[in-house]
Amino acid sequence: MKILVCISNVPDTTTKVTFTDNNTKFNAAGVQFIINPYDELALTRALEITEKQGGTVTAINVGLADAEPSIRKTLAIGANDAVRINAEPIDAYFVAEQIAAYAKSEQFDLILTGRESIDYNGGLVGGLLAEMLGIPSVNVITSIEVENGVATMERDIDGGKEKVSCKLPLVASAQKELTEPRIPNMRGIMAARTKPLKVVEVSGDLITSATVGFELPAAKGGVKLIPADQAEQLIELLHNEAKVI
Amino acid sequence: MSTEKAVSTAEFHKANKPDLYTHPDYYLMDELLTEEHKLVRSMVRDYVKKELSPIIEDMAQQAKFNYDMVKQLGDLGCFGPQLPVEYGCGGMDYITYGIMMQELERCDSGVRSTASVQGSLVMYPIYKFGSEEQKHKYLPKLAKGEWLGCFGLTEPNHGSDPGGMTTNFKDAGDGKHVILNGAKMWISNSPYADVAVVWAKNEQGKIKGIIVERGMAGFSTPETHNKWSLRASATGELVFNDVKVPIENILPGVEGLKGPLTCLNSARYGIAWGAIGSAMDCYDTALRYSKERIQFGKPIAGFQLQQKKLAEMITEITKAQLLTWRLGVLMNEGRATPAQISLAKRNNVDLALNVARNARQILGGMGITGEYPIMRHMMNLESVVTYEGTHDIHLLITGLDITGENAFA
Repeated sequence: MKILVCISNVPDTTTKVTFTDNNTKFNAAGVQFIINPYDELALTRALEITEKQGGTVTAINVGLADAEPSIRKTLAIGANDAVRINAEPIDAYFVAEQIAAYAKSEQFDLILTGRESIDYNGGLVGGLLAEMLGIPSVNVITSIEVENGVATMERDIDGGKEKVSCKLPLVASAQKELTEPRIPNMRGIMAARTKPLKVVEVSGDLITSATVGFELPAAKGGVKLIPADQAEQLIELLHNEAKVI
Repeated sequence: MSTEKAVSTAEFHKANKPDLYTHPDYYLMDELLTEEHKLVRSMVRDYVKKELSPIIEDMAQQAKFNYDMVKQLGDLGCFGPQLPVEYGCGGMDYITYGIMMQELERCDSGVRSTASVQGSLVMYPIYKFGSEEQKHKYLPKLAKGEWLGCFGLTEPNHGSDPGGMTTNFKDAGDGKHVILNGAKMWISNSPYADVAVVWAKNEQGKIKGIIVERGMAGFSTPETHNKWSLRASATGELVFNDVKVPIENILPGVEGLKGPLTCLNSARYGIAWGAIGSAMDCYDTALRYSKERIQFGKPIAGFQLQQKKLAEMITEITKAQLLTWRLGVLMNEGRATPAQISLAKRNNVDLALNVARNARQILGGMGITGEYPIMRHMMNLESVVTYEGTHDIHLLITGLDITGENAFA
């Protein structure tokens, strides 16, 4: 069983978001980066599967050298090896194309991604990747078991659950309930020192999109409290100031 | 092991409040750390946030020892991370050890005490002064948290003056054992310890280290109750009443006060890092609170008197971070002197106490409740400022070091 897990390097959830370059670039100064939490779940589940039935887990990231602490952490958590495609992850198409190029040569049985990265929240790489590889994709899974070359997965749907089975190879994206993230330990961190982290150069240079600009949501407005016995004043303000009625 | 009174994680009440801690790094000290240091830090912090933060307040309020924590800390590698891999330890550097202690004490000084006693006061002397057999017998189990250890130096009548100890052992006459008598007091981990590294005088009046195991006849570990400090860690006595200990349990590699003092250096180094952890948690809590608490129509962070407290806190924390990182580099190079370690321990614990007291004031009445960690840190630090060399004794160590004049007695 050969599993590939796609890893994004994203700003920590507590980051205060600001922009530079005329609001076209995220300002990474002083920002702590982490493994995308959904990808961490995918990684943990991949490890659980290979621990049970044997196999290897490879972590892959499209990113520059500053992503290596997160990649090294995947090795500390338990991935057997890791690959970094040496490029700025410009957009989902580019990232999927780079991963597809690598995956084609390696013949993975299963490719897991997070349901989305928590920075741009695109949720596109899994589907694009499957299409590029010509294999099925199942999105937003809450469980996965693999037996005799078939994966059985569950996903939440409106008002219930859906159980899907699909022959390997396939791409599946992890939802929150998939498993509990695993905290590495000291032995894992020591082992990560000697595990292979391969750096691969970009294939092709296709750029399909460019960011025109970012905009933060409007700051929360002040609150006016109107005493309960002055409903007329409230109605007047809603009419004339807020102009909502 | 004596775990009949110990409690498991499931028995503590889980708080609903998320642990929002982020560490202050005013001088970009992270740039002085390696990626591996930071990975270790995130490992311990993630563990604390997941397993301990939800229950630490209840652990302290109930004053019950969470025995699950011992295995968890062992699994993570928090026991003796700086000792060699061949004995089941981490093989990491002293800065890694310091970072671990800092993250644990950020949670609670009692948690850090459990780990630093095990790593620096039990495993370290066995590694440094023990025979190969002793190292292979004890270190792997202690590193994994399968055994818990404690360290017996302080006695009811001998605290700052350990050389006056009366605990002693004599030849049992069978050529195989010694007979140990005496009592030790204020011993972290003792009520649940499987192994105790005890310092006692031989018939020539020379201090030797001796490993006493639970179950040896005449050895008991009564718990010290009603502490207002380090309530999440267990403290007790060690009582030796004609305890027959095999001769091979004596640490062969050291004689005299140098033995216990060497261990204390390693532990005090961990405390120097740890105390900043308490201070950073108090500061982080007070800073966040001051931005959210509105009085007179604006956040109290906007008032000069609160800013003075916060600004002085971050100033002292930043100075201590830099000082302690440098001490870590000296430790890694084997060049740190005991007096340098004393200075850092004394300085950092003192500043942590001051930060805790000022943070408590910023939180007003909320500062005295268990809703926030500050009062717990403050009470813990009253022990930390006293154990492993009191605040005053460390000052005399610095005094002796710079003047050459002994002012201890």
